[in-house]
Amino acid sequence: MDFRDSQEEAEFRSRLRAWIAENNPGLPVSSTDDEYWARQGEWHTALYDAGFFGLSWPSRFGGHDLPPVFDVILDEELAAAGAPPRPSLGYLVQGITTHGSDLVQKRFLPGLISGRERWCQGFSEPDAGSDLASLRTTATRNGDEYVIHGHKIWTSYSDVADWCFLLARTDPNVPKHKGLSAFAVPMHQPGIEQRPLRMINGITKEFGQVVFDDARVQAENMIGEPGEGWRIAMTIVSHEREPGEVGYVARYAKTVKDLEATVRMDPGAFRSDQREAVAWAYVQAEMLRLHVRRRLSERLDGLDHGPGGSIDKILMTWVEQTVGAAALSVAGSRAVVDGDEVALKIYLYSRAQSVMGGTSQIQKNIIATRILGLPAA
Amino acid sequence: MDIRDTPEQAELRRTARRLARELGPRTVADLDDRKRSERLAEAVRAAGWLELRQDGGDGDPLASGVEAAIIADALGEAVADVPFAGPILAADLARRAGARPVDGVVVAFSRNLLDAAVVPGPATDTPILAIDHAAQGPVAAYVLVPDGDGYHLALAEAEGARDGADLTRTIRLLPAGVPLLPVPDQSRRLTHDDLDAWAALGLALTSADMVGVMRGVLDITVAYARERRQYGVAIGTFQAVQHLLAEARCLMEGAFSAALYPAWAVDQLGPGEARAAGCVAKAYCTRAARTVCETAVQVHGGIGNTWDCIVHVHLRRALLSSQWFGDDGEQLRQLQRTRLGVLHGLS
Repeated sequence: MDFRDSQEEAEFRSRLRAWIAENNPGLPVSSTDDEYWARQGEWHTALYDAGFFGLSWPSRFGGHDLPPVFDVILDEELAAAGAPPRPSLGYLVQGITTHGSDLVQKRFLPGLISGRERWCQGFSEPDAGSDLASLRTTATRNGDEYVIHGHKIWTSYSDVADWCFLLARTDPNVPKHKGLSAFAVPMHQPGIEQRPLRMINGITKEFGQVVFDDARVQAENMIGEPGEGWRIAMTIVSHEREPGEVGYVARYAKTVKDLEATVRMDPGAFRSDQREAVAWAYVQAEMLRLHVRRRLSERLDGLDHGPGGSIDKILMTWVEQTVGAAALSVAGSRAVVDGDEVALKIYLYSRAQSVMGGTSQIQKNIIATRILGLPAA
Repeated sequence: MDIRDTPEQAELRRTARRLARELGPRTVADLDDRKRSERLAEAVRAAGWLELRQDGGDGDPLASGVEAAIIADALGEAVADVPFAGPILAADLARRAGARPVDGVVVAFSRNLLDAAVVPGPATDTPILAIDHAAQGPVAAYVLVPDGDGYHLALAEAEGARDGADLTRTIRLLPAGVPLLPVPDQSRRLTHDDLDAWAALGLALTSADMVGVMRGVLDITVAYARERRQYGVAIGTFQAVQHLLAEARCLMEGAFSAALYPAWAVDQLGPGEARAAGCVAKAYCTRAARTVCETAVQVHGGIGNTWDCIVHVHLRRALLSSQWFGDDGEQLRQLQRTRLGVLHGLS
């Protein structure tokens, strides 16, 4: 057990630190502002071009073949500098590398990793949330292509995406989990209509809705085999939940740092419960940082797509909501006097963490049955 | 950076768990089985685990805080009624003072269990507490005697009355007026840095103990939820029960991740940083262990609230580990001082 950087890690860390000092775009806290979401693409390509993104992914696709713990170094340095977190794309990369053919990997991974081609994820539907397998979007074979009809929601960054990782029903005559397939669907075509979605904290640029009406996708853009969609979706969502994959540690640490700085300016101006809320938020964020270090170290034994990500998702959710509550507490009445108050937005946004990527209730079902071995309800 | 156990650490973890499970109490009645507890104490002694923090000859301990925490975790998991953290902390303190280790000695604590007891005169001036010592015979405990801008060690020895909430580890109250005996051959005065580093070890061991307690009580409770039937089905079938247990598992995993860091930091980082790491771990583990043990009592239902159901042994053990070196509230106060610039006296 060794928490210290190896020489290679230390060198990487200092190179990274120097680069961030020069290139921190100073974006607002990601959850609070449309400017962040609008400029996230620039940040992605800047990180990538400097050699600091896709650290543990294969170099033949633009990654760096580094051990997984380099990602936590990235998170820690971004947090220390108050820079934005790394783009959360790991789960799509894991999905494509695990299930995509050589051709699909070669075609799509380089653009996804470099940020030159932007992606959104078309899984959830208005009537298929937690019960994802009941989704109704169809993809029907027609010669060399599939024709798509359906309505997707919670489609992150759909308004700027070039590609959609789409889950659709290709066979209505088999049980619901078996009739799904995955596709890389081009977003720039006539059969696609974008509808924005405004979240409770006012941001509009993170999530969207997408309506597919006679949209087309080449059959060769299928990811995996026909009917493999559910397995692919499970690979993706098992990583979508992982703090090690999404890099949110940096976001929480930045908020905690800002809260600490606010209190430090005049500690006597805050009640003891407000100060304690900040100290507890620090404890939670620090726990998650260490937990990610542990999980990414465990990946040195090989990556698995098991249910452990559900535990990590619950821990991450608790951290985000503890930090959100601390922000609200420290702001006190300011949070409600000014509707644009950052603390209010951080708090409101934190409520989504127990829903997005699979609700906490679904995660607990998974932990209970697949990790604790309790009988299914 | 590689947080995995080394092969040797993994082997130690397996060995310690196996031994603790084999010889630890499985029922509340087992706690009265003197033969068993003596066998356990003998096995821990024979394994050399009580010597881990003694001087290895170069001033450094024989084994790192990580090894000590691995054993603390295993003993906590089995609610093993055997002294470990007490003697280990005494050996660590003696090493820092350059004194020869003395068998069976523990450290005396102030009444609030936060710090090693400081005694300015030739005899103890207030009652002090000896924690986690051998159950029989008189108890000998180190106290700190102010010496310039640091401290040296002295020994308080007394019979004392045995008591305490934890049914697996002893606490004895040494009354005011116990005379102090000199500790020979101390080559160094203990500095505040020494005491910070030592406290970091205390925080690491009490945190690791609670991680073990959580794992142990959760295993027992999950097994119970699979067996116990109501409405014709196992209660573990009900989502309301499943979700309680799933949350408990998450808390245990987070606590484990947090507790590894101070165990490593004790020997690898400066005293201030190590202590700060200990603060974080202790705050998290204390809240987590409390919730997990309470969940265990709840899932066991009425029977969980009876003396003969073992889960209160876990809860009681967690309560002592929580208070020893300070509970969550105390750690958060400490973090407010170090991170938020909150001065003493600010309420």
